[in-house]
Amino acid sequence: MNAVFSFARLGALLMKEFIQMRRDRITFAMMLGVPLMQLVLFGFAINSDPKSLPAALVATSNDQYTRAMVSALQMTDYYRFDYVAQSAEEAEELMAKGAVSFVVTIPSDFARRVERRDSPQILIEADATDPSAASGAVSTLSTVASQALLREQGMQAEAAETAKTQLQVVVHKRYNPEGISQYNIVPGLLGVILQMTMVMMTSMALTRETERGTMENLLAMPASPAEIMLGKVLPFLVVGAVQVAVVLVAAKLLFAIPFIGSLSLLLSAVLVFVLSLVLLGYTISTMARTQMQAMQLTFFFFLPSLLLSGFMFPYRGMPDWAQVLGEIFPLTHFLRIVRAVMLKGADFQAIAGEVSALVLFVFLFAGLALFRFRRTLD
Amino acid sequence: MNAIEVHNLVKRFGTKTVVDHVTMSVAEGEIVGFLGPNGSGKTTTIRIMCGLLTPDEGDGQVLGYDLLTDSLKIKREVGYMTQKFSFYEDLTIGENLEFVARLYQLQPVEEHVARTLEELGLTTRRDQLAGTLSGGWKQRLALAACIMHKPKLLLLDEPTAGVDPKARREFWDEIHRLARDGLTVLVSTHYMDEAERCHRISYISYGKLLATGTVDEVIANAGLSTFVVSGPRLNEVAAALEGKPGVEQVAPFGTTLHVVGSDRKLLEASLKEIKARKDTKVEPGETSLEDVFIQFMAGSKDNMA
Repeated sequence: MNAVFSFARLGALLMKEFIQMRRDRITFAMMLGVPLMQLVLFGFAINSDPKSLPAALVATSNDQYTRAMVSALQMTDYYRFDYVAQSAEEAEELMAKGAVSFVVTIPSDFARRVERRDSPQILIEADATDPSAASGAVSTLSTVASQALLREQGMQAEAAETAKTQLQVVVHKRYNPEGISQYNIVPGLLGVILQMTMVMMTSMALTRETERGTMENLLAMPASPAEIMLGKVLPFLVVGAVQVAVVLVAAKLLFAIPFIGSLSLLLSAVLVFVLSLVLLGYTISTMARTQMQAMQLTFFFFLPSLLLSGFMFPYRGMPDWAQVLGEIFPLTHFLRIVRAVMLKGADFQAIAGEVSALVLFVFLFAGLALFRFRRTLD
Repeated sequence: MNAIEVHNLVKRFGTKTVVDHVTMSVAEGEIVGFLGPNGSGKTTTIRIMCGLLTPDEGDGQVLGYDLLTDSLKIKREVGYMTQKFSFYEDLTIGENLEFVARLYQLQPVEEHVARTLEELGLTTRRDQLAGTLSGGWKQRLALAACIMHKPKLLLLDEPTAGVDPKARREFWDEIHRLARDGLTVLVSTHYMDEAERCHRISYISYGKLLATGTVDEVIANAGLSTFVVSGPRLNEVAAALEGKPGVEQVAPFGTTLHVVGSDRKLLEASLKEIKARKDTKVEPGETSLEDVFIQFMAGSKDNMA
């Protein structure tokens, strides 16, 4: 009989946890249903590169250059001219009300300047309260504008319709040439959903026993802290595996996300990620006295990891100190792995650094949890 | 060798001393009742003995293992039944027993579980959720789970609270049967009849051990005198006696009144007037364990505040 660790005792704890998991139908259903629901909801809802944004046009003349410019902008799909304003003041008001995201002003001397080659100008005002929403639209602008002009000048003799059809916008975005934000969102959602369910469920692990009064009995029986910890977290590894399968299949079927890299490499990385999450949750449960506290601690951890990991906002866009802070979340590293493997086809060498960071989290959280575990009721 | 041998155990929670220099010994095969008012430190003392709490001071041995360093070994050979039902209510009776059998590495699991169910008479209700059992059955299940691994020492924390008299009687018959086979039992209780079924009792109040011995010893050592008053209008008599010198307890018992005091002469003097009434009888009576405990409780200072 091994005093410190016994697989028979671990087996007993595992079996008990699985039965309890099965009995708690609502929680069980949530663990399987929530990932799918969130994936579908967020996958379709979140779009970091919004198109067809409402715009207002201020144009005093109706010459061919102005028309060409307007149609070129509309062709980018970013601009939808809902309003034709008579004056700058009127456009200003539309923007202030939030009715439009852009105001495009084509000055009355635009055509004259084009013909004189006297550096013609157009003015685009963007509502920058949500910078990420406007960035795509603004970035395509200069190319669109100059090309529209070039073509219009070269094809004066031809009909306006042909000018329209030949107008092309080339925006070069690597890995996601169409700029489909679901390619970015859906793999990220895998990490976020796993984090949400895994951490929250395991953070209740010990507090539930304490609140139900069963902890006293469990501690009075010969189970070691390591056995109790593994008995609590391993069942969730299985739940995590099911969630991963659900999300990956949905990613393929619902969103047609390309999967370039190795599936086994991704799954191995997911395993390490989930292990770090359940151990983190378990660590929280060794600190919290009640399930309510566990929930609060989980959310305290959850929001910054969501905002700073690069899931919601570009990681590179954050100041240095925030990037350092972002490194302490397993999600940050997992997002890099999952995007690299799924979209870029990265091999193990490319993600080794991120994986070792996750392994480090596993040992850190396991050590912390064992250290924090109270063998007694003191 | 004594099954329990502890010296000067002290446990403090914050500034409150819950267990205050408790020294106790329990011989092998003995059934010792652990008595005391609510919040007197019974549960805390028991938890220290099974390694669930570490004492701030003091030392001792349980089943020959050091209390401070060998708690894992103690856990394996002690059966501890908690005050509140603390098995899994969302597991069936069978699953709970299987879980316990596996944790103690009893082989083969199925045989142990089946035998325990048989002894409990719960074989047909094996697949019932433990949470749906009545109080008496929960307590029987808990006891069965505690003794499945054949512990040498059983620590029971108010095992019969809220259980009907018949179930209590059966419970105690079971305890005596186990003790005959050599099991040592320390059981905390509030019931006097249960205390009287113990070989020895220990009385703890506000963390201090006040008395220990057989029931007769404890009663004799308390040095109380008791008189039984019978006659008409006893509540008037009770009111008249209340606060008289030497009268420490006046308690109605059916058609009689028990008057208790520690100074026999003073008590007799105070009862003289009542005795003189021609329809009222005053006779010397036997002091009960309850009288002794009430006396203890009145005498010890509350440290809970």
